[in-house]
Amino acid sequence: MSTITFPVTTSANKQHATQEPAWVRRSLIGLALVFLTLFLFIPLISVFYEAFKKGVDVYLAAITDPDAVSAIKLTLTVAAIAVPLNLVFGIAAAWAIAKFEFRGKNLLITLIDLPFSVSPVVSGLIYVLVFGLQGWLGPWLAEHDIKIIFAVPGIVLATIFVTVPFIARELIPLMQAQGTEEEEAAVVLGASGWQTFYHVTIPNIKWGLLYGAILCNARAMGEFGAVSVVSGHIRGSTNTMPLHVEILYNEYNFAAAFAVASLLALLALVTLALKTLIEFRNQQHQKEVTNEH
Amino acid sequence: MNTFKQHSILPGFNLALGFTLLYLSLIVLIPLSAAFIRTAELTWPEFWSVVTTPRVIASYRLTFGASFAAALVNAVFGLLVAWVLVRYHFPGKKLVDALVDLPFALPTAVAGIALTALYAGNGWIGQFLEPLGIKVAFTPLGIFVALTFIGLPFVVRTVQPVLEDIESELEEAAATLGANRWQTFTKVIFPVLFPALMTGFALAFARAIGEYGSVIFIAGNMPMVSEITPLLIITKLEQYDYAGATALSVVMLVISFILLLIINLLQWWSRRRSIRA
Repeated sequence: MSTITFPVTTSANKQHATQEPAWVRRSLIGLALVFLTLFLFIPLISVFYEAFKKGVDVYLAAITDPDAVSAIKLTLTVAAIAVPLNLVFGIAAAWAIAKFEFRGKNLLITLIDLPFSVSPVVSGLIYVLVFGLQGWLGPWLAEHDIKIIFAVPGIVLATIFVTVPFIARELIPLMQAQGTEEEEAAVVLGASGWQTFYHVTIPNIKWGLLYGAILCNARAMGEFGAVSVVSGHIRGSTNTMPLHVEILYNEYNFAAAFAVASLLALLALVTLALKTLIEFRNQQHQKEVTNEH
Repeated sequence: MNTFKQHSILPGFNLALGFTLLYLSLIVLIPLSAAFIRTAELTWPEFWSVVTTPRVIASYRLTFGASFAAALVNAVFGLLVAWVLVRYHFPGKKLVDALVDLPFALPTAVAGIALTALYAGNGWIGQFLEPLGIKVAFTPLGIFVALTFIGLPFVVRTVQPVLEDIESELEEAAATLGANRWQTFTKVIFPVLFPALMTGFALAFARAIGEYGSVIFIAGNMPMVSEITPLLIITKLEQYDYAGATALSVVMLVISFILLLIINLLQWWSRRRSIRA
């Protein structure tokens, strides 16, 4: 009998040496969950609760209101321009940085990250300084009747600015880790630059590309501060979804504000779900690769 | 000899780098330089008097104070959340892990109105705090709550990977040498985590200083009391005080750049520390 109990006690002791007692574990988990519930889960739930508080009819009326629909359309348009442009930029930057050695590379990486550390309000303001009536190009633009600030082009520019780093910073470490051997082999075998890129590089980076694009899109659709400065808040014309939420909220039309906000919250949840899926896929893929070796 | 770039047989360097530099210049560098060049039109005493009026000083104090407090709370609870997610198992852990990034994905305006509704006197949380004499919405405390929300993922996501990489041998060695769990944590684990924790703190702090969308709904926005610096920039813009708005944004930009430098140094330190460990 003692031979059976003996290994049980040692394994229990061994576990104790590098683990906390059960009551400590439980209270730490409890404390963490209380914090996350207060600061994350309840705010998220409250968006949907407030949106549906006055009934489904009010909800549907709010999101099918012409001003809301035009805000949704503008948000989709802005993201449809900003994300592809930043995608091309991200690929170009990552190709130069990851596949070649040149001087000033670290400075370039820092410059790409710069928009992340600029306040959204300042991000909007700098475009007013360039394109606004008082700005550098203001008089020339006014002469040629081109409107950028308080118009859609300004919103697009400010959105591009705040989302510049997303795809590049996802691709740079990924492509650096992959090295240059595969592309070099393709070139040696006679592939052209574009062929190498399409058939060798793109298949290797497509998941990273998608990951960056999803995060970039979420920010592009949700940006508030920068867009608020350059938009002029013209209903039905230069209002994006987040700005429409603000207008409705300031008019004390809370149910409608939360209805539009719930669409943005849904976008956030879909973004997180896709992000988690891609991370899960990458982990599985990595396991397969390490098993093969 | 071309010393700028090492030789490579891969094509496309000039095109890729050329496009990158052109895009960065047009979208980021030239517009950013506009803020500095326009501010240079002011003389130094003019600039100084614009950025040091009592109302502006009060906004700095509030912005930095609330950001610091929020980043500090996030450092403590972020470390706790990262620890719980890496070390323990509990039902729904995967879902919790995924939702930690919510503040990155949720538009700030949505966070702002949701937190305001929760912490107002008749809100789900506010109704319990109000009888205790704690007013959150429309006070500086509300700003702290909003900044805590938006900074939440930073510490978790910087500490988590470092914690995952810590070899269990280190802790086993500490245990065999007679250390209890608390000693092992404070003397073995925490020193390895510390640079990552500081990086996360700095990232959350930097993000909080510039934050606008989530704060303006809950702040109440009273001059001298609950007015953050980014809002003051907007107010000046709306009054067509372009010089004032630009001068303030230059102050914010310089602070952001200094923080960016500190964060880069911290990350470098963190990498070196985890390589040695």
